[in-house]
Amino acid sequence: MNTKSAHRANVGLFVTCLVDLYRPTVGFAAVKLLLDAGCTVEVPESQTCCGQPAYNSGDRADTKAIARNTIAAFEDYDYVVAPSGSCAGMLKHHYPRLFEGDVDWELRAKSLAAKTHELVSFLTDIAGVTEVKAALQGSVTYHDSCSGLRELKIKEQPRRLLGTVNGLSLKELPTAETCCGFGGTFCIKYADVSVEMVSRKAEDIRATEADLLLAGDMGCLLNMAGRLKREGSEIQVRHVAEVLAGMTDRPAIGETEQV
Amino acid sequence: MQSEALNFKNAARGAIADPNLRQALSNLETGFVAARSRAAAGLDEFEAMRDVAVDLKNHILANLDFYLARFEERVVAQGGTVHFCATAEEARQTILDLCRDYGAKTVTKGKSMVAEEIALNPFLEANGVEPIETDLGEYIIQLAEEPPSHIIGPAVHKTKDQVSDLFHEHHGKYGKTERLTEPEDLVNEAREVLRQKYFDADVGITGANFLIAETGSTIIVTNEGNGDLTQMLTPAHVVISSIDKVVPTLEDVSTILRVLARSATGQEMSAYTTLSTGPKRDGDLDGPGGFHVVLLDNGRSDLLGTEKQDMLRCIRCGACMNHCPVYLAVGGHTYGWVYPGPIGAALDPHFLGIEEAHHLPNASTFCGRCQEVCPMRIPLPSIMRHWREEAFEKKVSAKSERFGVKTWAFFARRPKLYRLATRIAMRLMGRAGSVRGGRFESLPFASGWTRGRDMPAPEGRTFMDRWMAGER
Ligand code: SF4
Repeated sequence: MNTKSAHRANVGLFVTCLVDLYRPTVGFAAVKLLLDAGCTVEVPESQTCCGQPAYNSGDRADTKAIARNTIAAFEDYDYVVAPSGSCAGMLKHHYPRLFEGDVDWELRAKSLAAKTHELVSFLTDIAGVTEVKAALQGSVTYHDSCSGLRELKIKEQPRRLLGTVNGLSLKELPTAETCCGFGGTFCIKYADVSVEMVSRKAEDIRATEADLLLAGDMGCLLNMAGRLKREGSEIQVRHVAEVLAGMTDRPAIGETEQV
Repeated sequence: MQSEALNFKNAARGAIADPNLRQALSNLETGFVAARSRAAAGLDEFEAMRDVAVDLKNHILANLDFYLARFEERVVAQGGTVHFCATAEEARQTILDLCRDYGAKTVTKGKSMVAEEIALNPFLEANGVEPIETDLGEYIIQLAEEPPSHIIGPAVHKTKDQVSDLFHEHHGKYGKTERLTEPEDLVNEAREVLRQKYFDADVGITGANFLIAETGSTIIVTNEGNGDLTQMLTPAHVVISSIDKVVPTLEDVSTILRVLARSATGQEMSAYTTLSTGPKRDGDLDGPGGFHVVLLDNGRSDLLGTEKQDMLRCIRCGACMNHCPVYLAVGGHTYGWVYPGPIGAALDPHFLGIEEAHHLPNASTFCGRCQEVCPMRIPLPSIMRHWREEAFEKKVSAKSERFGVKTWAFFARRPKLYRLATRIAMRLMGRAGSVRGGRFESLPFASGWTRGRDMPAPEGRTFMDRWMAGER
């Protein structure tokens, strides 16, 4: 997309339920990044959640109802962008499967899928963003969330943009591609296994000695932040969009002003 | 083997607390995972080979009856016999009958997961036939009286120290009283103990990695060569395998072999690839007197034409479990039945029923790493999701879980109500969280979460609330 073209890409922001409920800052950071990239941004009010909690619990009927709601809400936009690889992957890969053979919805699901993107990869791959105007003094490490990595092939895009943040240095996490153990409802249903997985992850994160842990998915971030805080770690945890948008004045995940 | 799959959660807790298991599994992770990644990177056409292998297997599954008939025809032409068995009972009984025909008191066994699937050992023992495992890993777990915990490394859950203890305890009766600690010495001692048993056995039972329709041969792939002795030194060789192992030609087998070892152990080829074609012929120097292939279906053919058919492409390389973060946290025994890890989570419910095995496909984060490394590109998470859907429909999972999902979905389907409810809830939680340092150490409705980690508090007002109020 050429930012100078007459038609500015009209993006519908799929906020995602966790950003909406837990961390609005990420939503505002996404809006800022999209505006800076020359897009117009709208946030359809009838969106709720992508439906993964139901989908991954085997509740197909509810998933379809939620998916139909999402599809209808975003039909008018050029692009649908979500600050989450997992939710974008749901819209992009799983909605079309959900409606396979459904004459009314299959095409609509497919056309939604075709224009849906995860935020950071949208910025780099579609909007042609090559750098951001942000600064952060310190070292960060990065966790590749599973769906983004494997369903959407997001790997170097966030690193590329982070590389343009003033003062920031990246300390790679050797197990960046290993699941943190969140897994949606998994983290409650199989809590012991989930805690074991995130404990191992936290150990690896601490070993990088980075000041800040970043990732592109709120679920993983809440999980890893929760474990790091439980262990008393000083490492701050943020969504990558906050850093790219230069919106790091808010307390980090799981922290308050006074800490 | 008696299923313990329903006990998954308890077993997981025990496994996580076991320091020996943790050590053994971390060896597995650093060993196999690194080796597979080197092997995959070392062969330019590796990804293309995977595609060829997938196409080949799909072709076979579409023509399974043809290739099985062809295989049987060739086995018979070579002087052997094929025994088609629909069920595990039938296969067990067939093998016992064969043992009796040959007057067998002891049988030597090579590694076979299908033998585990039909619970062959306890059945033979109960009927007066002593099975002796000759694969080192199988031998170890036979001494320990445990089931295998991994499909290619049955004893991967044991540390070297545990094996030392086990041999020390059991080998005294062979005059081996020193407690050995070096892996090489341990292997040699096991070999010495086993050697005489090869000669004493009356029947040798092995599995098969492949059945070649073109030649009527069966193939086993090992790193120890124990399979060769098992099948050559006995009056009869009985192969226990399943119908999904048939491959048209030798050439096709070599295609699959190239991805198999690389995916499994990261080797280019396993040390031994042994072909068995019929019994000993006139003029042969050695070989078994009889050659029998017991071919198990056990519900596999029911998968054909369903959304789960892709599972039948599995070549039992073990890569999915080596790379599975859940398997690496809880080990193979936690799954509670023959096939552990992602392939077990996909396969076991088919054999056990979803009521019994519902935990297995649910105990996954869907991280997708299994599918990424599976040489046969089996969509393991999708298959697990199918099982979850079946479990949900049959109301197998805990009532509270289903109630939770349904309640949440009730709101998620009604945007206005959802907005209102979340606005109130997040304000309350945000306020409560801000006085607690931005996180909760315990939450009554999320005790599973807070048992081992804090719950970060929400910021307060929801995004939608703020956005609709005009904040930008
Ligand atoms: S499912 Fe794939 S990775 Fe797992 S054992 Fe089978 S072939 Fe190997």
